[in-house]
Amino acid sequence: MSWLVGNAGQIWQLTVVHAALSAIPIVIGFALAIPVGWFANRHRASRGTVLAVVGVVYAVPSLPLFIALPSILGTRILDPVNVVVALSLYALAIMVRTASDAFASVDVDVLLSATAVGFSTWRRFWSVELPLAGPVLLSGIRVVSVSTISLLSVGSVIGVTSLGYFFLDGFQRGFALEILVGIVGTVVIAVVFDTVLTIVGRLLLPWARRRAASHRPATPAGADLAGAA
Amino acid sequence: MIEFRSVTKQFPDGTVAVREFSLVIPSRRITVLAGSSGSGKTTILRMINRMVDPSSGAIEIDGADISTLEPVRLRRGIGYVMQNSGLLPHRKVVDNIATVPLLRGEKRKDARARALDLMDTVGLDRALADRYPSQLSGGQQQRVGVARGLAVDPNILLMDEPFGAVDPLVRAELQQELLRLQHDLGKTVVFVTHDIDEAFLLGDQVVIFKPGGVVAQIGTPQQILAEPADEFVTRFVGADRGKRALHVRSEGGRDVVLDADGRPAGVLVGAAPTRDEAGAAAAAPGASAQGDRPR
Ligand SMILES: Nc1ncnc2c1ncn2[C@@H]1O[C@H](COP(=O)(O)OP(=O)(O)OP(=O)(O)O)[C@@H](O)[C@H]1O
Ligand SMILES: [Mg+2]
Repeated sequence: MSWLVGNAGQIWQLTVVHAALSAIPIVIGFALAIPVGWFANRHRASRGTVLAVVGVVYAVPSLPLFIALPSILGTRILDPVNVVVALSLYALAIMVRTASDAFASVDVDVLLSATAVGFSTWRRFWSVELPLAGPVLLSGIRVVSVSTISLLSVGSVIGVTSLGYFFLDGFQRGFALEILVGIVGTVVIAVVFDTVLTIVGRLLLPWARRRAASHRPATPAGADLAGAA
Repeated sequence: MIEFRSVTKQFPDGTVAVREFSLVIPSRRITVLAGSSGSGKTTILRMINRMVDPSSGAIEIDGADISTLEPVRLRRGIGYVMQNSGLLPHRKVVDNIATVPLLRGEKRKDARARALDLMDTVGLDRALADRYPSQLSGGQQQRVGVARGLAVDPNILLMDEPFGAVDPLVRAELQQELLRLQHDLGKTVVFVTHDIDEAFLLGDQVVIFKPGGVVAQIGTPQQILAEPADEFVTRFVGADRGKRALHVRSEGGRDVVLDADGRPAGVLVGAAPTRDEAGAAAAAPGASAQGDRPR
């Protein structure tokens, strides 16, 4: 207990850093996956290639990638940029497939009729395709969020500050409480992010919720977190 | 007036959907395109708003070659209604109806007010305005589709099997509604259907297609029934099976009209049959039989 009190400042600080360092790759990966996924869905012939490439990226183990990136990017080994870039790549790799599926899930008739009533291609993308791909995109970013938050801990091995520090330090000292703090902190961040994403999804996609609601009446709060939106 | 001048459409994969098609579609009338599946009806419809461009030939609207018009602008001036309504599932009913006025840059308040008026026009309860399309019945969705098609007060309304997915009762209701709207608003309607009864009910002019985008016959329902151009048309309109043949029989002093199966179709009023009673035959849509035909 006294350890907790004595290190409250550091626990808080690492939690904030961990949250910030995970948020950036989640956003970058999501933003990049949308045009790539859209392209892969639109140009069916390219889909296989695109998915194969992102599959390979995802298969690269994280630790070697963290270590290799400084020489590729010309950054210092301890620079958090390395981890952010690596995690963005993973986020992109997971998200591209989902984004491609998300755009494929949009009813072709709806798109055709949008064109028929006079949406330009650009306008149709922003006001029809993207929102309708929303529910699947949301389920994808929730997966990316959890995976990024847990992967970030691995960065501690190469000295990037995150909650992973508590695992390492705790293991070295054989101190269970410290390990537990690392785990609980990571889970708390994951739950907070997921809740925020779910709320943002509800605000941005009210129609999807109503439709889902008409299919299954009441959902317990906990089940809601786990189920895809 | 819309005019097709020997229009051919060949898709990149080699399919010829429409072959040397010429047609004058008169203003303020309903022209129905009917025929077998895959005969190019949808393709023809989509050429009118440049969703599809012809491979050769020309299409004119009121004398202007549409290939010179900007597609997005052109589409915003033409109503389009399709099967399953094609509504935007993420927009409320009222916003769906207001879609095109908003695209054209109208003020949100005006567009919504007009959308509510249009709900009255097509017989939708205003209470449905804030629902999403998935919360409506199929027939209600089609009405929203029609309202959206009318929202910019277009001269031309393109309808691709708009009532194909609703049950027969609702379909009959929507058909009557369309006739009423057409009577009141005087739009140029181009209507695609599989259903020859629907074609004859709605069409001032009916075009019957054979497979492969070939026109079998163009005419009024009466002309087509009276003089089917060929075997295909005869079969398509069902005249060969006697489906269209109505018989008159005297019953208790009144002339009762019977359909091919001997079921009563109505009562003959006005002119008495000129030939001998039993042999008198009348064509269904043109017949002066009164009352709804039971189906
Ligand atoms: N984009 C396309 N690419 C290639 N072929 C097409 C395309 N669109 C339609 N076709 C083909 O053109 C022909 C005519 O199609 P169209 O959709 O116009 O027929 P339709 O008369 O509307 O049929 P239905 O009654 O079944 O709706 C069909 O053989 C169809 O497969
Ligand atoms: Mg069709």
